[in-house]
Amino acid sequence: MDDIQKRILSEVADLHGVPEGAYNIRVDGGSAGRRSTENIEIIPKPEGSGLDIRIKPGTRRESVHIPVILSKTGMKEVVYNDFYIGEDSDVVIVAGCGIHNCGNQDSQHDGIHRFFVGRGAKMRYVEKHYGEGDGSGKRILNPVTELHLEADSTAELEMVQIRGVDSTERVTTAELAEGARLVVQERLMTHGSQSAVSVYKVDMNGENSTSDVVSRSVARDDSYQKFDALINGNAPCRGHSECDAIIMDRARVLAVPQLDANNIDAALIHEAAIGKIAGDQLIKLMTLGLTEAEAEEQIINGFLK
Amino acid sequence: MLELQNVSYTVEDEGRPVEILKDVSFKVDDQKFVVITGPNGGGKSTIARLISGVAAPTGGRIIFDGKDVTGLSITDRAKLGIGYALQQPVRFKGIDVKDLLRIAAGHDLTTDEACGYLSRVGLCARDYINREVNASLSGGELKRIEIATLLARKPKLSVFDEPEAGIDLWSFQNLIRVFEIMRSEIEDGSILIISHQERILDIADEIIVVADGQIERQGPKDEIFPHLVGTTSAISGCTRLVERS
Repeated sequence: MDDIQKRILSEVADLHGVPEGAYNIRVDGGSAGRRSTENIEIIPKPEGSGLDIRIKPGTRRESVHIPVILSKTGMKEVVYNDFYIGEDSDVVIVAGCGIHNCGNQDSQHDGIHRFFVGRGAKMRYVEKHYGEGDGSGKRILNPVTELHLEADSTAELEMVQIRGVDSTERVTTAELAEGARLVVQERLMTHGSQSAVSVYKVDMNGENSTSDVVSRSVARDDSYQKFDALINGNAPCRGHSECDAIIMDRARVLAVPQLDANNIDAALIHEAAIGKIAGDQLIKLMTLGLTEAEAEEQIINGFLK
Repeated sequence: MLELQNVSYTVEDEGRPVEILKDVSFKVDDQKFVVITGPNGGGKSTIARLISGVAAPTGGRIIFDGKDVTGLSITDRAKLGIGYALQQPVRFKGIDVKDLLRIAAGHDLTTDEACGYLSRVGLCARDYINREVNASLSGGELKRIEIATLLARKPKLSVFDEPEAGIDLWSFQNLIRVFEIMRSEIEDGSILIISHQERILDIADEIIVVADGQIERQGPKDEIFPHLVGTTSAISGCTRLVERS
């Protein structure tokens, strides 16, 4: 990997070299390194179209890193990764995609991730998106995340996109069996004329399933964000979604929360708040010696932490 | 240290001018503990806002350490050494107590240092240091954290706007102790507090009574305090309790 690719790797996966445990590093459509472990097998699909990742039942405290780097302008790819997470395992999966585009053609990575989380298993999934490069070509990411949670399993998702992605349409769907638990934390900042759309569709089909989908975002300049979350309560269950956005400059934020209760014992809550940075927050930090711009940065950094 | 010279503040309300402050002049000398009191709506908080730069006077001058700061921004005044604890402390999603103390101090703080400031305002540091300064904190807790930010900032002049407002009596009895300690430790700086509390007035060097946008009285505590006892400008804890119930 060259220096640019290494830097992007550290942005999206906090990696400064080869990670511990299982990994596959995809650079410009090819594999720049791959390792399976005794419990985690990474099997490439034909013709580089993606990976099958099989985690043995009972695997605990192990991790999989599958970062993707695009550093050539005009590169467009669709990748299908399927994760089979064995019963009673407890694993961390770190994905993430960084695009460096210095050219005038659009670069695009669409990652389609399907997770089959076995009974009683626990998965934490971290996905960071990042873009850079001063070419006129756009940096585009359209991830699809599809979750199938078996009984009493847990999926915790942390999705972060802070800089440099021109256009993103993220679709996350989940179906939960009895006792399954879904937690999503999304952190998003858009600037310039970027556009970011987040769509969630959660089907709570099993008794005592719970879901908690929380998005915190900052929209700056002329950017556009849409948060579209549909929570279906098809059984006695508890669902919560929250969209909390700071709007700045000439940006636009659209929140479209939907709750659909199909069972008398489905308890569903949605909270949405969109507003500019409160004046008294700026004043307080300015009385501590910060300039208005520094105060704004502190408030945003904290909000997106 | 601080001097207000003929300061006025007028706002427009439905096209008509409303005078909030009229020709207010006073001094806060070095190492003094000065309390501003007076009836609600009299303009006390406006004085704090004008000193800190949150609002600009429509007449007169504000001199700090010999320098005319009337036209300076909030940030510039803070950098010169004016500290301001707001009557309604601000909540921040995602900023934790240690972050706020670090910003106040202007440099990184060790956990020990941060804990020291919290202990001084009567908070068990271990429980608070990583708490977010958000709606999960009570009014009393926020007020103490607000005071701790000024302790960390170490300004030359500390301005507190009604530290007793919005907190329960029990919390306030403990807070008064914090101000008594500050009073005893006053060395390089001065303290200006807006308060109705008898016990705060009682430890003042000087008292300024503001009513109806003007200074009604000002002078040494021994001279002014006897005039205030029994009025709404100097209420005891018991009075507060009765009023609340």
